[in-house]
Amino acid sequence: MIGPGSGSLTAAVAYHLARRAHWRGLEIAFWAITLLTIFLLPGKHLILTEIAILGLFALSLDLLIGYAGVLSLGHAAYFGFGAYAAGLFAKHGIIGEPFFALLAAGLATAALGFATSFLVLRGSDLTRLMVTLGVSLVLREIANRYDGLTGGADGLQGITVAPLFGRFAFDISGHVAYVYSLAVLFILFLVARRIIYSPFGLSLRAVKGNPLRAAAIGIGVNWRLVWIYTIAAAYAGIAGALLTQTAQFCSLDVLSFDRSADLLVVLILGGTGYLYGGLIGAILFKLAQDWIAGITPQYWQFWIGLTLVVIVLVGSERMAGLLGPIRKLVQKA
Amino acid sequence: MLTILFDGVAYGMLLFVLACGLSVTLGLMNFINLAHGTFAMAGGYVAVVVVNRLGVPFFAALPLAFVIPAVLGVILERTIYRPVYARSHLDQVLFTIGLVFMSVAAVDYVAGSQQVFIQLPRALEGQFNVFGVGIGKYRLLIIVICGLIGVALQYALVHTRFGSRLRAAVDDPRAARGLGINVNVVFAITFAVGSGLAGLGGALGAEILGLDPQFPLKFMIYFLIVVAVGGTSSVTGPFLASLLLGISDVAGKYYVPKLGAFVIYTIMIVVLLWRPQGLFSRGSTR
Repeated sequence: MIGPGSGSLTAAVAYHLARRAHWRGLEIAFWAITLLTIFLLPGKHLILTEIAILGLFALSLDLLIGYAGVLSLGHAAYFGFGAYAAGLFAKHGIIGEPFFALLAAGLATAALGFATSFLVLRGSDLTRLMVTLGVSLVLREIANRYDGLTGGADGLQGITVAPLFGRFAFDISGHVAYVYSLAVLFILFLVARRIIYSPFGLSLRAVKGNPLRAAAIGIGVNWRLVWIYTIAAAYAGIAGALLTQTAQFCSLDVLSFDRSADLLVVLILGGTGYLYGGLIGAILFKLAQDWIAGITPQYWQFWIGLTLVVIVLVGSERMAGLLGPIRKLVQKA
Repeated sequence: MLTILFDGVAYGMLLFVLACGLSVTLGLMNFINLAHGTFAMAGGYVAVVVVNRLGVPFFAALPLAFVIPAVLGVILERTIYRPVYARSHLDQVLFTIGLVFMSVAAVDYVAGSQQVFIQLPRALEGQFNVFGVGIGKYRLLIIVICGLIGVALQYALVHTRFGSRLRAAVDDPRAARGLGINVNVVFAITFAVGSGLAGLGGALGAEILGLDPQFPLKFMIYFLIVVAVGGTSSVTGPFLASLLLGISDVAGKYYVPKLGAFVIYTIMIVVLLWRPQGLFSRGSTR
């Protein structure tokens, strides 16, 4: 309802958004430390790459759950789609240059996200859970059946990724891969941050708070959800594509339900709705996985389950109390 | 053709018994319980252990497969489920997925990851022909048992005092509390019966659906479809939805094996586009 006569209101909103979008010291510190890991931890670049990719994937789910309030049990669908897209681009030499292949995979996944968003956004939370899970199962089934294209249960083999920008070849110890993943993560993080602190992002929060009321004050709920779903799908697709390019391999595992569920764990470990949750969660998750897998690799799932149950019972707010001060610093001016 | 229809009906009936408890608890407390399959798995493993290891007759094992998950359900409901009712759907999803993961890993640890089978009584093996239609004895038994359960549930829900309390509590828990109905007790009983039925379904279905530690994950989508398509708070909705799902799944796998699993998802999508609130729901869902 912002008409031509409400210029001062628009200015006020713009002012507040600009204030909220202001970079906090802690955020700068976070990225500075991240940048330092490139130089200080050269031996850990393989796992750091995994963390960066998982963080990007979690960021994508955070956009959905934390900002739009859309529950998803099958976010791996888009991750896997992007992963296979990138794999096929590289294998058949459709797009040789990794960065452009990444963009293409992201666009393809966005198209898939756009097409499926209309299904997902209908109905209640329950139907959303069912449909998101259903979409991921269908994709997995397709990938499994059309093994001529995807390699089926054996995975997509024989992927060779060309040097980045024609200059930087991916090395065995993963230095190029890490810098590449980190750069992509940072750029996409900036974009996400821009989206969140835009009027669009603000109206998304209103939709999350109460869709009915948001619709009543003139916010087009459905197309906003369609957009954010498409964006989140693209993010997930790019994360998947990054995984394929850095690992030079892609298997059915990228579409599995476990991946979607693990992602929820990551996000809940870090907390939702402040952008850094996914990144912090990814760090915690990978470290814990590394640690537990050393003790009891086979029953890792049990400990994930226990973590979830405990977090929910203790209360994710109280759990986030540990991260609370950080969160506050990041969130408010 | 009719044999496939028959198998589909048996399969659908099984799904109904497995999922009906979930639809009622979901309608009653608006609680998303993805761990429902855990109780089914519990029932299945109880039956396997009791029949195969202890040599108890199959029919004597079925009540046990009902009672043990029901008791387990009440204990879990009383202790750890209750605090989560008032939480957001996200918390409920995380919590129940956590339970599923724990149960999957625990069963894997105790019983091993391979598929297990129940030794059926001789009398139930094989099939006989009626007007050229092959009828498996075991499937006939499933249809009879599940049909009886369906009728009993419908009767209990519509004609008993408990049923009317339950319906009142589903429609509006706050008003029901105001009328002096102890909604918590109603819910606990419903939860127990639902878990028990899931256990019974797990035991009956071990032969047809296959039983291994991944059971709760594999059938999660089926339960969700039954509940979302059938709507909550009635018996007939989930019943018809289960039959539809069962028949189309069996027929799809038989006639178009190449598409197989896609058939049910296609149906799910069509239903959702057509009636977003579920095929048989009574108007709005909360």
